[in-house]
Amino acid sequence: MTEVLRVVDPGLLTTIQDLGRPGAIASGVPPGGAMDRFALRAANLLAGNEPNDASLECTLRGPQLVAERPCVIAITGADFDPRLNGEPQPMWATLSLAAGDALTFGGRRIGARTYIAVGGGLDGESWLGSRSTSLMTGKGGFHGRPLRAGDLLSTVGTRTTYPAERRELVPGLRPDYSDQSLAAVAGPHVRRLEPESRRALFSATFTVSPESDRMGCRLKGPGLQAKAEELLSYGLVAGAVQLPQSGQPILLMADHQTAGGYPVVATVVSASMPRAAQLAPGDDLRFMEVTQAMARQRRLALSSALASLSAL
Amino acid sequence: MPQPRSIQRVRIHPLGDTALLAVLGSRLDTALNTRAIGLASALRKRRDVRQAVAGYASVTVHFDPDQTTLESLGAAIKRLAVRRPKEPIPGRLHRIPVVYDGVDMPEVSDSLNLSPREIVALHTRPIYRVFLVGFVPGWAYLGPLPEELELPRRRVPRTHVPAGSVAIAGRQTGIYPMQVPGGWHLIGRSSVRLFLPNSDPPCLFRAGDRVKFFAAALD
Repeated sequence: MTEVLRVVDPGLLTTIQDLGRPGAIASGVPPGGAMDRFALRAANLLAGNEPNDASLECTLRGPQLVAERPCVIAITGADFDPRLNGEPQPMWATLSLAAGDALTFGGRRIGARTYIAVGGGLDGESWLGSRSTSLMTGKGGFHGRPLRAGDLLSTVGTRTTYPAERRELVPGLRPDYSDQSLAAVAGPHVRRLEPESRRALFSATFTVSPESDRMGCRLKGPGLQAKAEELLSYGLVAGAVQLPQSGQPILLMADHQTAGGYPVVATVVSASMPRAAQLAPGDDLRFMEVTQAMARQRRLALSSALASLSAL
Repeated sequence: MPQPRSIQRVRIHPLGDTALLAVLGSRLDTALNTRAIGLASALRKRRDVRQAVAGYASVTVHFDPDQTTLESLGAAIKRLAVRRPKEPIPGRLHRIPVVYDGVDMPEVSDSLNLSPREIVALHTRPIYRVFLVGFVPGWAYLGPLPEELELPRRRVPRTHVPAGSVAIAGRQTGIYPMQVPGGWHLIGRSSVRLFLPNSDPPCLFRAGDRVKFFAAALD
């Protein structure tokens, strides 16, 4: 039997995610996958899985889960104060659960999305090469929907004891989710901005609006003025900062629309996307313009942090 | 006739540190779109390219930053783009029945100063090209729409456009594959399924396909 966890309370929005289905964007299907890919990869490596295995992404409020059998898990990403049978547990570390153990969360301290990897990797519907839940299409993951009370989660493998020793990502290598600045490079249509707006883009403070979701982070800030000229639609990427006529930018996230015609005035670099994924409604942020060389340096720092986990 | 050099020039814009936008032009033009589709398919064969998606007149390229840089991939794209494109394979032809009773028909008729009957005649006249597939699963941007039907998008987009709505905006037309927000003018509806979740690729239309609408009787 591979059933491993029973859902007592699903939390606010808990879905199965892996690294998504990038091949499907040519068909208009959002790439999907974990919003914070660093946290997902780290959780999997700590639980002894492949970095791309399916795990849980829990949004703003954690679930209550009970172990159906002994298992190894790891919790990364946002800190929701994880507890095992009421006892506080470390994050970014391997945890062992006995049958009947209850995993709960005290409450959100920082970040928006916590990740729970389970040794063996979670099972779920594989659609277009990924077990990620696509909420828009109702495909993939746990029957294409968020978890509900009473759901039983299974693993693909039945690993229970590996890794033998407790592993941890040292604090210095974890992302700083309190950092309010997102590193970004100027976008293809930045020249369409009025000079004042161009300055504001990389200096003003924006606030994350409550209408934000896995598709995009809607921002409120100084209205940005761009030349109103319709663009021919083109392929979009996660991290792109789109500017609709309203002048309030939208930062595209994992479930973004695959094409569109609004100007893209900036793109958040890959190393800052984990931080962007941890933004909660009401959080403030700024875009910090970086060079390709700086983006590369940050990307390599995250890669080497993950390499420290897979080297074992 | 030789093509002016300006048509050949490709502009490379970074989209962060793992993607770029290669812009071939800024016109809604079948020849440009054919080049974009050809360039995207050539790029998908490269080891340093994870995915390449053709737009109307551009290609969005997702690359592996451990295998290439923006500069060297950009230079390779410029070399590829000036090559004479292979003869494009003619896309499949889809014939789509439409019931022309969209909620915006009266408004469109007023704005264009055309009767609904004239709008139907104009909309069913061309064989449209699938310029690109994207936005939401199964959506295809079709065009060019006859000039007589050209209208800007609605000032305030609808939060829910019903699945199957046949719509127009600018020189484009399309069918909403599922209920989503949208700012186009709804002139009719079709029962053809465009999003096919159990197929791979999961959509009826592919870039380069051709689409002919015909008026169907009220169901």
